[in-house]
Amino acid sequence: MQSAWDAQGHSAEVLKHLMLGIIGVCTLIWLLVVLMLFAALVKRRGQAPLQGEHAERKTRLVVYLSVAVTTIIVAGLTLASFFATRDLVVGRDMDLTVRIKGQQWWWQVTYEGSSFGPRFQTANELHIPVGRNVRLELESIDVIHSFWVPSLAGKQDMIPGRMNVLTLRAERPGVYRGQCAEFCGLQHSHMALMVVAQDDDQYRRWAQAQALDAAVPDDTEVQAGRAVFMRKPCAACHTVRGTEAQGSSGPDLTHVGGRRTIAAGLLETTRGSLAAWTADPQTLKPGTNMPIVPLTSEELQQVSAYMETLK
Amino acid sequence: MVGPVQRSVRLISAYAACAAAIGLAAGIGWMREPRQYRTDPAVSHDLENFRLMKNGIGGAPPDVYFALGKPYETTAYDLSQGKRLYSWFGCAACHGTGEGGKGPSFIDGWWLYGPSMVSIVASIRDGRPHGMPAFRDRMTTDEIGQLAGYIKALGAYAATNSAPSRNDDKHSRPAENRAPAAALFEQGPVPMHPDQGPSP
Repeated sequence: MQSAWDAQGHSAEVLKHLMLGIIGVCTLIWLLVVLMLFAALVKRRGQAPLQGEHAERKTRLVVYLSVAVTTIIVAGLTLASFFATRDLVVGRDMDLTVRIKGQQWWWQVTYEGSSFGPRFQTANELHIPVGRNVRLELESIDVIHSFWVPSLAGKQDMIPGRMNVLTLRAERPGVYRGQCAEFCGLQHSHMALMVVAQDDDQYRRWAQAQALDAAVPDDTEVQAGRAVFMRKPCAACHTVRGTEAQGSSGPDLTHVGGRRTIAAGLLETTRGSLAAWTADPQTLKPGTNMPIVPLTSEELQQVSAYMETLK
Repeated sequence: MVGPVQRSVRLISAYAACAAAIGLAAGIGWMREPRQYRTDPAVSHDLENFRLMKNGIGGAPPDVYFALGKPYETTAYDLSQGKRLYSWFGCAACHGTGEGGKGPSFIDGWWLYGPSMVSIVASIRDGRPHGMPAFRDRMTTDEIGQLAGYIKALGAYAATNSAPSRNDDKHSRPAENRAPAAALFEQGPVPMHPDQGPSP
């Protein structure tokens, strides 16, 4: 599960240090206050309180000092926060640009062409090369979502009608889970995203493979599955590049079998889960915009076989 | 001076008012239209049996449609889904936001094939001559019902309480539940094609 303490990217590390600093300072102050309070409680009574000119001067000194110390601490934390925020924008040179569109309840991911690979579209899984600055252009097509991969960066809202930019830079390879962080409706909790950070070579290979059209099936069951997919309403909402399925309202399924999860992190990708999802999305993720498409059991078998081969 | 009796009467009536308010809120919550996300496949199958008249205008919905309380026309959730489908399936390309364009308007107060749910479902499902494509293979029965309900609401002459979600962009007409057709009524239908539909 994701955590901001498990910082694996530049921005996340900056934010972690800021959090540690603020928590440290505040803990120290709290301990001092409690200590003073305790000392006052256990102090023996009976002595006459100080009075006169001397007491006045002493009280004034204490007030001056505490105002000064408070001002310095608050200013210090503000400055620390300011420099940390400024440091979040890593570098000016971007190696890669990815456009992410949040929608109820999945992520459409479009890679812009660059020296790292061609232009292509995928969904719910973001691959990035380690140690590179990746510019994310965040948009939404329906309601406000928020892009949050705690191990790599802070949150950034995705607002309909405008574009927010966030820079990701993973320092170490790994798979980092992200999650929509702005309540966006029924299935907000099932709107997850996987970020896979890999080295340049692996990333390039992945990107080249993603840009290819879907594999042409040679198995008869898979061919039958493809025919069902094209004949039924599936093709009206989903794209499988290289076929007549060109719908754009659902996730691009050209390489769905190669993704780690389906339905935005709901289930691991297996033939069984693909079949279960196709058969009854409204039970697995009530309210999702994928309808129950009536299929016979044979058609379901064929479609799931086809989906599984789309690696 | 406020006596002890008056004070306790005041206290009791304050408690009673609070309890009544909470009870009212709970009651309204209870009466809220339940959302139906998953139409049972058997019901869905039955909903396909809209019987259309020979001339393609009007007919009878299946009994299950009435048993469910005409879901697509009355529940705000279905109307909202219909509104989403309206943009998903590109209706706006020909019909605009309801005012028409290449295709007929939904809000001029005229229906080429009548305003009944059956006609609208049939238009979407099977298509109509002169350009309306069939969505039989592209949408499920449930989706066609939702879209038809939304279009019916657009062309309604009377305002209703069930409303789909609001537009984010500029409004080009009154909101769906405020009967745009009643305000934007045209004296005669905008002619689309000489052989299409009845003329006044």
